[in-house]
Amino acid sequence: MINALLVFMVVVTSALAVQRNLFSVVVLSAIYSFLMATVLVALDAVDVALTEAAVGGGISTVLLLAALYLTRGEEARPIRRPWLPLAMALGVGAMLVYGTLGLPAFSDPEAPIHTHVEPRYIQDGLKETGVPNIVTAVLASYRGYDTLGETTVVFTAGAGVVALLRRRRKKGR
Amino acid sequence: MRDDLVLRVVAKLMIPFVVVFGVYVLFHGDFGPGGGFQAGVIAAAAIILYGIVYGLPTARRVVPDWLVEAMMAAGVLLFAGVGVMGLALGGNYLDYFVLDRDPVHGQHRGIFWVEAGVFITVCGVMLKIFYMFADRERVD
Repeated sequence: MINALLVFMVVVTSALAVQRNLFSVVVLSAIYSFLMATVLVALDAVDVALTEAAVGGGISTVLLLAALYLTRGEEARPIRRPWLPLAMALGVGAMLVYGTLGLPAFSDPEAPIHTHVEPRYIQDGLKETGVPNIVTAVLASYRGYDTLGETTVVFTAGAGVVALLRRRRKKGR
Repeated sequence: MRDDLVLRVVAKLMIPFVVVFGVYVLFHGDFGPGGGFQAGVIAAAAIILYGIVYGLPTARRVVPDWLVEAMMAAGVLLFAGVGVMGLALGGNYLDYFVLDRDPVHGQHRGIFWVEAGVFITVCGVMLKIFYMFADRERVD
């Protein structure tokens, strides 16, 4: 099931790289997001899947379409052949693949991530917080500092967009 | 898209359900999938759909710019305020156990307000970005 979805994702990504019509690119990236959300559902990570579907498939698509309305619909051809960036991307990709070889096997119960703090979340989470959804308990309570940081990042990103787009508009007039 | 009757009617039928689903995801995040972030995005999506179908000025009348900008900061302040409450009641920063006499109930309370803070900020930021994108005029 997951493998079939991953194959679909490879197909969509290849189409994304080749496609020059930006409208198709936006639609393909929305399809990619929904495939990713389905993979996450198959992995039982429903909270993340909900986020991926809402943000990646929903809001991002709308924002990209709104941006597309402001620009031309075709991607400009590059002046030079992008050999150096291609080599860089392949090199970094190869390094990342090499890095994954050192990771523990998929869903290995002995992996460090499953033996450090996770048993405590699963065993004591409900007793300590009274919240049956462990993801919520971890996000809001055990890892409250991280979530506060994330919320601050979202706020900062929004403030950054406001600062950039406001100044642009004034200059144009 | 303001003249498309089908879109207008379907949007009008759907938007209340989208908003209710967003609130459900927020309040039910303790028991099922979801939480402040997802709920904020869903609620923002409802307003964005409204704005796309009925036009940006109509959406701005429902959720004005000053409210959106206030939401962006208010959520983070609410989140940080829960932490300060923990300090004031004699615990550590973001310690929810001290928020109520029953520690488990205190956790519940802390998690609820924190999720509400995330919801408000995320909803505000998504709406603000959409407003700023949709408000710009074509360059060429």
